[in-house]
Amino acid sequence: MSRLDVRKTYKLFIGGAFPRSESGHSYVVDDVRGRFVANAALASRKDARDAVAAARKAFPGWSGRTAYNRGQVVYRIAEVMEDRRPQFVQAVRQGEGGTAATAEKELDAAIDRLVWYAGWADKIAQVVGNANPVAGPFFNLSTPEPTGVVAVVAPAESSLLGLVSVVAPVIVTGNTVVVAASAQRPLPAVTFAEVLATSDVPGGVVNILTGALDRTIPTLASHMDVNAIDLTGLAGDPEQGRALEVAAAENLKRVRRAPSAEPDWDADPGLDRMTDFLETKTVWHPIGV
Amino acid sequence: MVTSTATAAASSGHDWGDVAASDASLRRFLHGLPGVDQVGAEARAAGLGTRSIKTTAKAFALDLAIRMVDLTTLEGQDTPGKVRALCAKAIRPDPSDPTCPSTAAVCVYSDLVATAKEALGSSGVHVASVATAFPSGRAALDVKLADTRDAVAAGADEVDMVIDRGAFLAGRYLEVFEEIEAVRAASGPAHLKVILETGELQTYDNVRRASWLAMMAGANFIKTSTGKVQPAATLPVTLVMLEAVRDYREQTGRMIGVKPAGGIRTSKDAIKYLVMVNEVAGPDWLDPDWFRFGASTLLNDLLMQRTKMQTGRYSGPDYFTLD
Amino acid sequence: MVFEYAPAPESRAIVDIKPSYGLFVNGEFVDAHGPSFKSISPSTEEVLAEVAEADEADVDLAVKAARRAHSRVWGQMPGRERAKYLFRIARIIQERGRELAVLESIDNGKPIKETRDVDVPIAAAHFFYYAGWADKLEYSGHGTGSIGVAGQVIPWNFPLLMLSWKIAPALACGNTVVLKPAETTPLTALLFAEICQQADLPPGVVNIVTGAGETGRAVVSHPDVDKVAFTGSTEVGKAIARAVAGSDKRVTLELGGKAANIVFDDAPLDQAVEGIVNGIFFNQGHVCCAGSRLLVQESVADEVLARLRRRMRTLRVGDPLDKNTDVGAINSAEQLAKIRALSEIGEQEGAERWSAPCELPDHGFWFPPTIFTGVTQAHRIAREEIFGPVLSVLTFRTPSEAIEKANNTPYGLSAGVWTEKGSRILKMANALRAGVVWANTFNKFDPSSPFGGYKESGYGREGGRHGLEAYLR
Repeated sequence: MSRLDVRKTYKLFIGGAFPRSESGHSYVVDDVRGRFVANAALASRKDARDAVAAARKAFPGWSGRTAYNRGQVVYRIAEVMEDRRPQFVQAVRQGEGGTAATAEKELDAAIDRLVWYAGWADKIAQVVGNANPVAGPFFNLSTPEPTGVVAVVAPAESSLLGLVSVVAPVIVTGNTVVVAASAQRPLPAVTFAEVLATSDVPGGVVNILTGALDRTIPTLASHMDVNAIDLTGLAGDPEQGRALEVAAAENLKRVRRAPSAEPDWDADPGLDRMTDFLETKTVWHPIGV
Repeated sequence: MVTSTATAAASSGHDWGDVAASDASLRRFLHGLPGVDQVGAEARAAGLGTRSIKTTAKAFALDLAIRMVDLTTLEGQDTPGKVRALCAKAIRPDPSDPTCPSTAAVCVYSDLVATAKEALGSSGVHVASVATAFPSGRAALDVKLADTRDAVAAGADEVDMVIDRGAFLAGRYLEVFEEIEAVRAASGPAHLKVILETGELQTYDNVRRASWLAMMAGANFIKTSTGKVQPAATLPVTLVMLEAVRDYREQTGRMIGVKPAGGIRTSKDAIKYLVMVNEVAGPDWLDPDWFRFGASTLLNDLLMQRTKMQTGRYSGPDYFTLD
Repeated sequence: MVFEYAPAPESRAIVDIKPSYGLFVNGEFVDAHGPSFKSISPSTEEVLAEVAEADEADVDLAVKAARRAHSRVWGQMPGRERAKYLFRIARIIQERGRELAVLESIDNGKPIKETRDVDVPIAAAHFFYYAGWADKLEYSGHGTGSIGVAGQVIPWNFPLLMLSWKIAPALACGNTVVLKPAETTPLTALLFAEICQQADLPPGVVNIVTGAGETGRAVVSHPDVDKVAFTGSTEVGKAIARAVAGSDKRVTLELGGKAANIVFDDAPLDQAVEGIVNGIFFNQGHVCCAGSRLLVQESVADEVLARLRRRMRTLRVGDPLDKNTDVGAINSAEQLAKIRALSEIGEQEGAERWSAPCELPDHGFWFPPTIFTGVTQAHRIAREEIFGPVLSVLTFRTPSEAIEKANNTPYGLSAGVWTEKGSRILKMANALRAGVVWANTFNKFDPSSPFGGYKESGYGREGGRHGLEAYLR
């Protein structure tokens, strides 16, 4: 008799812990051919709220770290991912199908993207900051600062490379994030959470919710303690994007609108996924004796 | 040291406790005064300088400014003749106009005090004498005290002393303090104006500290400059000193006068100073007993402006005496 | 001795206010479809002019003119040529500076001293600054392509200056604009339209549509407007954010604030008092970045307040055109009512009110410089933007308490810190969640310095290289 395998329970990732949904609900995740893979946690409004609270709690510590340190922490995520390649390859193939080679390629790109963003940690301020030559005896310096707690609707299709491409730029600059993972393809996100938990990322910096988006993202969009929202995962759904943008206006969240179609994740990312979630702070001081 | 504190209390009329007990305690006190931000102080002075003083206000200010002038000659080439001419000008700045007020004082070197005293007679115009090895102050204390006593003996109503900037900048605050006290004592009944020579102190923090040091040691007036060092009086330096006398009165009840000297040449400048006196120290200081201009060429400009106010015509230098 | 300053009024003769004004569309003044409204002088309540009120159709004509000018002329023009137009405008603003200053003072109620020394020179400087960018956009880091037509809505507190903050970067980047000035202060914008004519700016590049809230709504929600820039209240900012949701419009919002001005016990006290006064009484407190919450360390609170009250007694409130006036008129009856209402709430909530003794004119809208002491974070006057010459004074004991209280607001536009200790300044500057931090100074503005808020104070930056981002793709 063959050995019965031990199945993994796919849970949420909130504040560095892996709770089940407080609602007790889960949902069936099938693979690309429709076969049962797992029961994933179905995040509720309350889970979204808890995730925001965890992200807020983590924000001062994370944003207060040196940029060099944040860069190292993000780089460390890449290292740990590299260590868990087979698991990611499997998770990507379950959700997205394709060959082992295409999954490997996506994983390579995801790891490389983390490394790319890790390097930005202590350079972005130099590229987007400014010393301003004001007409008077004043020192004047503009520097970027993280916006705060950012809600991210992760891409629906690209469940690993897309996920990494929207999370890394947000956190590397010092924001904390609540991610609504791809509802259809949540497993790479959960595996990613396990990587985060075993790397050096402090609890609460990244929080990952799985399940139907309509249960969580309206809560995130209207939550008054969320500073910004990235609607990338709603590509091709302008109506929901509009509704969330309206909700986000209540506390003037910075909104990154949904594109008409999911972006090409292999393209050069540019800076805007970082700069969209940065504030510019300008400090004046007199120059005298 | 104990005697020093006691005399400080006696001469300034306020019990400063152990503040003047040592360099260290003076340093603690002076460095505990609120700092002065250079840019902010200069911006405030410039802002006050934009006040527009017209018509009746201007006429008032011009006459007040004339009454506040310490008409000054402090040259190696000074002679009794020059001083007598200056005194005549001080008593009657505009001979063609009897309504024109006299200046507050004539300011000369100590060897010419007697000449000035005689020329001014009972006019009410004071004789001010610079003393204490003016302008550098680099002489032994007994020389400085002798200089002071000579001036007072010759009839000086006011003594303008210089502080030892070297000692001040080196942090020997007690030495500066005690020297002011000693000169205060040697001045007897004369009013003591203490010249800080702010151009050498360089920072407004130093100006504020030196102002307090002088006031605590018994100064009747604090004065910006000798006129021999650039920059001499400026609006922001005077601002800091006006803040000091204002705060000093708040704390001790005692009023100290302020005298900017050197570099104030136009009526427009003088009026800016008066606006500053009015709005920073307060109207109580708008009096020759509490505010003076150390100047020479300023007087003629005040007179020309005064004539312009009265006649509606711009005057020219040929119509005013050159003394 | 009493030194009474005689009245020193700036002459009104330099301005020529017409009895009525049309809209400025496609390089010409045109009649509007709708009715007109009156612009009055807030200091006298005198009617200054009748001003046209643009309706949707008028706004549509203006947007069409702007679109045409963008696609046919301005968007195609080499940057170096656009630059010269902007330099030309900057120069004309300087040349006609006194006229603009007097007109602004009459229409807005702010002192001539401010319009002459702040609003007009900085407005000219903005055009001069952005003129230089027009042919250097490839070095900006924000692209080189214009966006198209910008719909811009500006407030009444700095009418000409806000116009320059909006128009200068937009034009430098090759965009054309439809700008709506505030309904209580349209006159300098209309004079600016004349300046555009004098500068031979191609028709349609700048269009000015006057009117109130409905006109503003028509501008920001017009489907052919590519970019919306708004300065004003957070409430309207949120409405705009909702209105543009789901569209492709780019948006920048510069909204309200409730800035903390933090005074530590080692502050340069005299300059700090100046900073407090400048922070809240500059421009009658009609400043989004006003230092409206004074946080003073308990150990120096009494001393600072005594100095502050003494200083406030010297503030000269009255005729805006008098060159010695420090505090002018409240911009409108409506705003005055709001300031009064919030002040009464402050008293009802138990805060202690003190106003500088001053004689207020009989006509016009006036409110004396006022402070409330004994205010806590729970008071409405510590949370809501009063937008008037009213300061709420709170105290703190430690730096962390100061940071906590300063950040305890939905706003995040500006903050002030006063201390002589360098490392503390930098710590505070890092910790304050605000777009502009003034350390040992307050309310300083410069075209090269980015300005804009965190949180509900809006998004996007105006000024500096950062200010180009909103107008480029």
